[in-house]
Amino acid sequence: MEIGNVRPYIYPDIELDREEGQVIEDLKANSQPVIPDPDKWLEEELPQNILLTSVDALINWGRRSSLWPAICFPACCAFELIAANGPRFDLARFGMEILRASPRQADLMITAGTLTWKMAPNVRRIYNQMAEPKWVIAMGACGISGGIFASASYAVVPGYNHIIPVDVYVPGCPPRPEALIYGIQMLQKKIAKRRNLTLGKG
Amino acid sequence: MTVALSGKEIASQLEEKLPESIIESGQDYLVVKNESLLAVAAFLKDTRDLDFDYLNFITAVDYYDHFEVVYRLSSLEHNHSLVMKTRCAERENPVLPSVIGLWQGADFQEREIYDLMGIRFEGHPNMKRIFLWEGFAGHPLRKDFR
Ligand code: SF4
Repeated sequence: MEIGNVRPYIYPDIELDREEGQVIEDLKANSQPVIPDPDKWLEEELPQNILLTSVDALINWGRRSSLWPAICFPACCAFELIAANGPRFDLARFGMEILRASPRQADLMITAGTLTWKMAPNVRRIYNQMAEPKWVIAMGACGISGGIFASASYAVVPGYNHIIPVDVYVPGCPPRPEALIYGIQMLQKKIAKRRNLTLGKG
Repeated sequence: MTVALSGKEIASQLEEKLPESIIESGQDYLVVKNESLLAVAAFLKDTRDLDFDYLNFITAVDYYDHFEVVYRLSSLEHNHSLVMKTRCAERENPVLPSVIGLWQGADFQEREIYDLMGIRFEGHPNMKRIFLWEGFAGHPLRKDFR
């Protein structure tokens, strides 16, 4: 019997797939330990310098008042984020209504959704492309630990903190927009505590 | 509503055309031998008053001692449907013929079954994983995975 009329493939190249698979396997192997929060030291009380604190305060005020999130919405939590951006919850009140399609213009990543290992290299690349200083909010159970997929996860990353450092965790499945907004306010408080200038070393 | 054709009636039609191709038939399904899968599929598609020109979906079931691959067919012309199944006892390297030459829609679904169940479809032009990455160990929808 004749089997014809089969569309030729544009990328029949198994090599490309193998390369991609290798990247994913490497990332998976290298991201077993959890990345600690880079701003852990903020919890310690630091000796503050009067001049620098007021400059810091200005810089931090500027930074925390215009957080622009990068688009990284792999699953259902995205809808709560969209709701938070919409007119009812109105994230624009806090100066962060502009979702940036380009990571170069963003300084906040809200990880709204389940992350699979196949997607993980791309999220990591988006994070790496964001300009410093940058922050990450892990939104939802999936963002924190893999959520409902954690126990049977042959393909799900058990928490974004295996891939990128996370600043604030917002629990829920999905979190309500209020919870997300509260998480963002927590992040703003955290940014307010940052010390950007240090005496002595450049 | 789509009318589900009787598998038994079609099996008796097939018995004349392609003897010994059917293992079992029921109210709305046929179980076909692996070797005659393509011939039966072509018969179902090309016979005038059957005319199964649309493949709704393909899926696979793991029964531990064998895999069952299920094809749901319908006819847009006559608005009737039928379930065609085939079984595959091999576990290490199960192979079935691909129906992509008859229904182009089989393309991604056969790749999905290969990815998650590990059944190869012979004659598929691009038989490789579709969801998981190349190099993933095992086929996760098998009952004995992990
Ligand atoms: S935490 Fe719940 S709502 Fe959010 S991505 Fe995971 S499953 Fe979806």
